[in-house]
Amino acid sequence: MGLKNNLHNFREKNKDKKWLPAFSAIHTFLYLPNEITHNGTHIKAADDLKRTMNIVIMAMVPCLLFGMFNAGYQHHVAFGEIDRVVGGGFFNSAFWTMDNFVLGFWKILPLVVVSYGVGLAIEILFAMKNSHEVEEGYLVTGMLVPLIVPIDIPLWMLAVAVAFGVVIGKEVFGGTGMNILNPALTIRAFLFFAYPTWMSGDKVWVHGAVERDQMIANGSNLDAISGETILGSYAQGNTSVAYDYWDMFWGIIPGSVGETSKFLIIIGALFLIFTKVGSWRIIFSTLIGALTMGLIFNGVVDAGWIGESSKFYGLMNVPFWQHLIIGSILFGAVYMATDPVTASQTNKGKWIYGFLIGFISIMIRVFNPAYPEGVFLAILLMNVFAPTIDHYVVQGNVKRRMKRLKVKTA
Amino acid sequence: MGLLSKKDGKLITDPLADNNPITIQVLGICSALAITAELKASLVMAIAVLFVLGVGNVVISLMRNIIPSKIRIIVQLIVVATLVIIVDQVLKAFAYELSKTLSVFIGLIITNCIIMGRFEAFALGNGPWKAFLDGIGNALGYGVILIIVGFFRELLGSGTLFGIPVLGDAIEKTGVYKYGYENNGFMLMPPMALIIVGLLIWVQRSKNKDLIED
Repeated sequence: MGLKNNLHNFREKNKDKKWLPAFSAIHTFLYLPNEITHNGTHIKAADDLKRTMNIVIMAMVPCLLFGMFNAGYQHHVAFGEIDRVVGGGFFNSAFWTMDNFVLGFWKILPLVVVSYGVGLAIEILFAMKNSHEVEEGYLVTGMLVPLIVPIDIPLWMLAVAVAFGVVIGKEVFGGTGMNILNPALTIRAFLFFAYPTWMSGDKVWVHGAVERDQMIANGSNLDAISGETILGSYAQGNTSVAYDYWDMFWGIIPGSVGETSKFLIIIGALFLIFTKVGSWRIIFSTLIGALTMGLIFNGVVDAGWIGESSKFYGLMNVPFWQHLIIGSILFGAVYMATDPVTASQTNKGKWIYGFLIGFISIMIRVFNPAYPEGVFLAILLMNVFAPTIDHYVVQGNVKRRMKRLKVKTA
Repeated sequence: MGLLSKKDGKLITDPLADNNPITIQVLGICSALAITAELKASLVMAIAVLFVLGVGNVVISLMRNIIPSKIRIIVQLIVVATLVIIVDQVLKAFAYELSKTLSVFIGLIITNCIIMGRFEAFALGNGPWKAFLDGIGNALGYGVILIIVGFFRELLGSGTLFGIPVLGDAIEKTGVYKYGYENNGFMLMPPMALIIVGLLIWVQRSKNKDLIED
C-alpha cells in the first residue's frame, strides 16, 4: 500500500466530514483522484482546470526568478555596493550573481507564502462552509499577486488585501469561475487605494529605499539615484529618464517584483499562446489599443496642440512604441487581461475587449499623474464590461443569421 | 412594550432589522455612501433624518384627507423641504463646521427616497400616531446602518472615533502604529461604504434565511 492508496482510503472513510474539502484540496494537488465517471456520455480532455492553471504558473516562473535577481541588484546598486551598468543588458555578469538572488529570494519568498497562505485558507474556509471542493483558481492568483506588488510592501497589508480580494472579488460571486473582476487585480487595487504611500512614489520599488534616504541624510556618500519607476518619473513631469530602452526591455529597472522584464514576459506570452491557454487575440488587441492611443498622443504633440509647459507633455511625447516597454502594460496584457473567467468569451468580443484595455490604459497613464500605472484600472474596468461586449456580439450574430433566414424563406 | 400595542411596536422594530430601509429595501444609499466617512457626520445625519421623517410623516398624515391626489408629490416635497431647511438652519447656527462637512447632503435629504417612500406608502393611508411611529422606526433603521458604517469607516480609515484618536497617533507612531499599522485610505472613499453595506446585507441574510430572494 503506497501513500496514494492510503490517502484514497482515508478520503473514502471520511466521506461526510465537514473538513473533507480541505483534505481533498491537498490530496488532488498531489495525485489525480482515484474516481472515474460512471454513467452517461462524457468527453475526456487533457486540459482540465488544473493543467491550465499549471501552464500559466509555469509561464510566470521566469518572471518571478528574474524578479528575485532584480530585487537584489536594484538594492545593491542603490546602496552603492555595485555600479549600475548602463545599457549592459541581460547578460551583465554583475546582475546574475548569487548575492543578488539570495537577497531577492528572502524578500520575495514571504510575499509568495503570505499570498498563497491567506488566499488558500480563505478558499478552504468557503469550500468547507458551502461543502464543495476547493477549486484550483487561486493557484494563479496567488502567484500573480507577489509579481505585481512593490517589494517592500508590509506583509500584513498584503494579507489584508488578499483576504479582501478573495472574499469580495471572488467568493461573494460564487467562487472560481463566477467572478466578475480579476481577483489579483482586485487585490492590487485594494492595496493601491488603501495604502497609497506603499504603492507609489519613489521609496517602495527598491528594497531599503527608505533606510537609504536616512543614510544620505546622515551624511553617507551615496549617489542620488532615483528609486522611482520610469512611469513615476514621467508623471513627475520629467521629460527624460535615466534608463535606456534596452534596460527597460530586459527589465533591469525598479518596478513591481515580476513585471519589469519585457523579454521574459514575451517568452511567457509565446508559451501561453503556443499551449493555447492565453488568447492571442486579447494580447495582440491590447497592444494594438495601446499603440493607437500612443500614436494619437504623439500626433497631438506633433500638431503642437500641447506645449512643453503642459504637465502631460512628458508622457505624451514618449514615442508610441515605448509605451509597451515602460510600465506594466505588457504584463497586464499577457497575464491579466487573458484571464478566461473575466475576459470576453467571443472572438470578436476579445478584440474589442483587448483594444479598449490598451487604449484606456495609456489614456489613464497620460492624463492622470496620480495613477501612473493605469493598466490595472483599465483591465478592471473592461472586466466589468466584458459580458456586455459579449452580449452585443452574440446579438449581432443572431440578427445576421435571422436576416439570412428571412432571405431564404422569402 | 407597555406603552405601545404590539402592532404599533412592530412599526418601530420592523424597519430596524427585517425591513430595514437600507439593507432590505436598498433605499437612501447615496447619503449612506457620501457622509459616513466620519461617525459624527453619520450621527448628525441620522438625527436630521429622524426629525424630518418623524415630523414629516405626522404632517402628511394630518393632511392626508385634504391633499388632492394629483398634486400630492408637490405637497410632500414642500413639507420635506420646509423641514430640511429648518434642520439646515439649525446646523448652520449651532454646528457650522459640521454643516460644512455635510454640505449638500443635508439639502439632499429632500430627495432621500426613504422619506418620500414613507410618505407615499404609509403616511397617506394611516393616522398621525401610527405615521409618527413608522417615521421614527424607519429613520432609526436608516440611522443604525449609517452609524455602523460610519463606525467602521472612521475607525479603520482614520483611526479615530468622533474625532478622538483611539488607535494611537499616526504621525507620532504611538499605539498600534508603533507596530507598523497604517490607516486604510480606501475606507475613506465612498466605494468602501458600498462594500460595508454589502457585507451588512450579507451578514443579515445569512442570519435570517427568509430574507433571501431568488
